[in-house]
Amino acid sequence: MSTTDELRTQVLEALGAIAPDADLATLSDDASLRDELDLDSMDMQGLVVGLYEATGIDVPERDYGKLDTVADTVAYLAAHRPGGQ
Amino acid sequence: MTALRGAPVPARIAKALRIGDPPPNLRDYEQARRAFSWERARAQLDGLPHGRGLNIAHEAVDRHAAGARADTVALRWLARTGARREISYRELGELTSRFADVLAGLGVEPGERVASLLGRVPELHVAALGTLKRGAVFSPLFSAFGPEPVRQRLALGDARVLVTTPRLYARKVAPVREQLPALRHVLLVGYPDEIAAAGEVAGGIDLRAALAAADAAWEIPPTDPGQLALLHFTSGTTGMPKGAMHVHEAVLAHWATGSLALDLHPGDVFWCTADPGWVTGTSYGIVAPLVHGVTVVVDEGELDVDRWYRILQDERVNVWYTAPTAVRMLMRAGAEVAREYDLSALRFAASVGEPLAPEAVAWGAEALGQPLHDNWWQTETGGIMIANYRAMDVKPGSMGRPLPGIEAAILRRDDEGRVLLDAGGHAVEAAAGEQGELALRPGWPSMLRGYLGEPERYARCFAGGWYCSGDLARRDADGYYWFVGRGDDVIKSAGHLIGPFEVESALLEHPAVAECGVIGVLDEVAGQVVKAFVVPAPPAEGDPALARELLGWARRRLGPAVAPREIAFVASIPKNRSGKIVRRLLRARELGLPEGDVSTLEPEPPS
Repeated sequence: MSTTDELRTQVLEALGAIAPDADLATLSDDASLRDELDLDSMDMQGLVVGLYEATGIDVPERDYGKLDTVADTVAYLAAHRPGGQ
Repeated sequence: MTALRGAPVPARIAKALRIGDPPPNLRDYEQARRAFSWERARAQLDGLPHGRGLNIAHEAVDRHAAGARADTVALRWLARTGARREISYRELGELTSRFADVLAGLGVEPGERVASLLGRVPELHVAALGTLKRGAVFSPLFSAFGPEPVRQRLALGDARVLVTTPRLYARKVAPVREQLPALRHVLLVGYPDEIAAAGEVAGGIDLRAALAAADAAWEIPPTDPGQLALLHFTSGTTGMPKGAMHVHEAVLAHWATGSLALDLHPGDVFWCTADPGWVTGTSYGIVAPLVHGVTVVVDEGELDVDRWYRILQDERVNVWYTAPTAVRMLMRAGAEVAREYDLSALRFAASVGEPLAPEAVAWGAEALGQPLHDNWWQTETGGIMIANYRAMDVKPGSMGRPLPGIEAAILRRDDEGRVLLDAGGHAVEAAAGEQGELALRPGWPSMLRGYLGEPERYARCFAGGWYCSGDLARRDADGYYWFVGRGDDVIKSAGHLIGPFEVESALLEHPAVAECGVIGVLDEVAGQVVKAFVVPAPPAEGDPALARELLGWARRRLGPAVAPREIAFVASIPKNRSGKIVRRLLRARELGLPEGDVSTLEPEPPS
């Protein structure tokens, strides 16, 4: 089972793959991904696919809005991992 | 994820009008075509007082602000944070007058360009309409563009003023500002602390403070109906973006299509989800609904399944205008989600941007209680040209039939892909069911009047007495039009046109790229996404690290809306004898199709 730190690393890696232009070192955990990384809805799809490949957790379309920041995304994954909560 | 493919879709969907709904503005298609004239449409507008001409902003705001709709809500803004702001026609009249006064105070002359780089905020509407009240020209830009597309468009448009936020300025404009000497003023939208935090912005002005200090009484100067009003950038196969010029008279088409294609009625709540950086965001996010005096919902948020259904429900949206990419995302969430909401206020739902698949039309019937109505138009046409109407049967997959006042045709093309002309110089119409180029008879009010500074490019839009759209389509025996594909190499991603040359140029600036070619590849959600084929320049090697590097490089310059989503390394790029990239072969390779007889490739004329 992933620890929160591992999830955070996986989220940043998935972000880096879809937005290689992003400076992830300076990205605040509470910054809006859409605003700070210029992610659009296609990017969000790419992020969700990347997260699925890394964690096995599938984020349904309905929940894309819950992935607003790195912190939100880590919390979402932590709550939805097998046996999580 | 729910599959997009489901039960077979009926070939034709007849619709029953609901009891209690107002009758459709267009009740009988053939009769409406016969009865329509642009003169009668003009009679529905006021014109500037004392015969001083025709101005879009007067029709959209001032006549309502001075009349019975003064206290009607013009804009209902839903902030991302959940905050709301309502602006009446009276207030919008004042705000836009103040904006015009600010421009006048800055020395902006009629005809000069005011650009915007904004999300969906009311300041966009104020800037657009205030610019028109000044007699200046409004040019909206897409906020997902990177610095390079922004620079190109501001430079091509020779913009004097830019309206944007401190955040967008810092990311998109500051890196290229030194290359924009003609840009004198930057009107900053935001709270005082955000603007203060932005630091030194050359020519920066706090818009809120400037509006507060400006005069709320403004008389629109005399405006010729043929005077330039809007400048919308679009992309072609070759060269840089082109600025399509539209005039104040276009408001006739905005009014007519708002009535006939979108079925707007007094008292309606209307929601157009388009981004304000594209033509739909102006023609139907701002002008058409306001000309009809209805309430416009402006949602700052991005697509979010539950948020969108909640807006349709809570705002009691009557008419909804959206796009296939959004529809496909909603479909993937499942029709059952829609049924958790009360969408009973919704009378008419339409879509534009790219063809709506039959499954999506049918999904509308299941999820929204009515089929989605596809329609077709382009930046150059300024307004909806071909549509599915509320009172007309829908053939799922068809874009519908031409608007009253619009003459459309399918024209045969020659082997070079140009419209075929007979010995007398006339175009040849294709037979029913035969594929050809979708064309329109020039003369409708919202037709572009040129590409800024490029008369030859404009002239190439016309052949044999027709405006040629560049889209391939066919017309069936019932007169319904069906989209087939683009007739050129332009990529259509999420409803937006992307010129491959623009993307190739950015990639070629990278030292590791020797050659490249860019095409659109099929994507379930976006329709197409941009894919780049790259020949690495030694000693660089085409490995995953370089792919990632190039994706980042392109995103930094072009922004996510234009940058490739995929990069493939190849040994060579197919070119014809004159050295032009043959993107058709790249597409054939991508699809695993036979590439055809390449020996027939002839040098093409320079373009």
